[in-house]
Amino acid sequence: MSDVVIETIGLTRYFGGKCAVDQVNLSVPRGSVFALLGRNGSGKSTIIRMLLGLLEPTRGSAKMLGEDCRHLSPAARGRIGYVAEGHPLIDWMRVHDLESFQKSFYPKWDGRMFAAVLDQFALPTGARAGTLSRGQRAGLSLALTLATRPELLVMDDPAMGLDPVARRTLLEAMILVTRNAGHTIFFSSHVLDDVERVADHVAILDQSVLRVSSSVEMFRSRVKRLVVRFRGDPPPLPPIPGLLESRRDANELRLTIANPRPDEEQIIGSLGALSIEELPLTLEDAVIAYLGHRGETASLLQSTQLEAVAS
Amino acid sequence: MEFSFTISPGTPSPIFRQIIDQVRLAAVTGRLLPGAQLPSVRALAEQLVVNPNTVAKAYGELAREGIIDGQQGRGVFIAEPRQIYTKPERSRRIEPLVEALANEGISLGFTPDELIESLRRRLAKINVPPPSGRKPQ
Repeated sequence: MSDVVIETIGLTRYFGGKCAVDQVNLSVPRGSVFALLGRNGSGKSTIIRMLLGLLEPTRGSAKMLGEDCRHLSPAARGRIGYVAEGHPLIDWMRVHDLESFQKSFYPKWDGRMFAAVLDQFALPTGARAGTLSRGQRAGLSLALTLATRPELLVMDDPAMGLDPVARRTLLEAMILVTRNAGHTIFFSSHVLDDVERVADHVAILDQSVLRVSSSVEMFRSRVKRLVVRFRGDPPPLPPIPGLLESRRDANELRLTIANPRPDEEQIIGSLGALSIEELPLTLEDAVIAYLGHRGETASLLQSTQLEAVAS
Repeated sequence: MEFSFTISPGTPSPIFRQIIDQVRLAAVTGRLLPGAQLPSVRALAEQLVVNPNTVAKAYGELAREGIIDGQQGRGVFIAEPRQIYTKPERSRRIEPLVEALANEGISLGFTPDELIESLRRRLAKINVPPPSGRKPQ
């Protein structure tokens, strides 16, 4: 058995003249919980749709479970579970009808798993899919997928629009999948607290380009934020190779740097600062540093002169 | 087992680090005595709703530090206290914390005596095991 369950090489997709996914090389190890992060429109869904064979790559290749994603065999498809964005369901069907329908395609259907997930999301089996709440739709689409006992579970933003209780149940379902050490989850999300709980690998997509792909721990250890304090206004900043973000204030610069190396420390050290201090970063801080505006910026709070409205 | 963990994502301390810190603190303060059993990797992962690899990593580090003993299939237990670091290594580990306490304390306007006193009060709350129990390996 191969140790890599998803592999893309130079995966590229254009829509007309617009590049949606630009030469992405991804490698998802078996048994990992792999989170794909990126802003809206960065290309996450396009990658997932190409993986599932729902969209042809313009260039490059994608493989899942060792097979070319453009021609996945029925056997491979039977081992892959897919939870699509927005949890689309056949709205006129009732929950138990959807179960019999889905079951007919999967010889290894696990009815107990289906019932257990349904129960966690408090789903009545007689209800029509179209009448369910957003959280219940998520629960039903998750139940329909998990009951196939997928070896590889691919989910496109499954937490979108869910309330905190439904989101927690979703996380529990994901942890449940990891009971099988060889089972892999590849999912996209914007909820970084949840990602921090369940994911062991992250990839960050920024404007169609893959910027990061590593273990969560490695990613966190490689992004550093420094506060560099000066006696007066900070001097202009020379080019720093790994600089992700810099914020300028009266007496200080805040620099967020990826993979700081000795030469970068030297550049910063030569600015004539009073002190240089490393600030602790959350996972969210580190991700935002990658996805935010490049170069020297001011936040909305710094840049505008908006005042509070007197009540 | 009376001990319960609390973890918070979204803080600068990674989840595996939070687990390590809580076990380490409970072990040095005597809330968890030698021989006390901790949940298995799988059980703790499911209880905290976190990736089992995160718990495994925390337990691995705690075992390397000699704080827990774990044997495959037999459970995870708090170890008899022993000192696994050399004197210079222990100094290297404590020095940044001492520096942070001193800097932060002085900048908050405490006098050196007040800082020493507050450290002494804090230490008095911890059941430090007698030195004989801390044999170097």
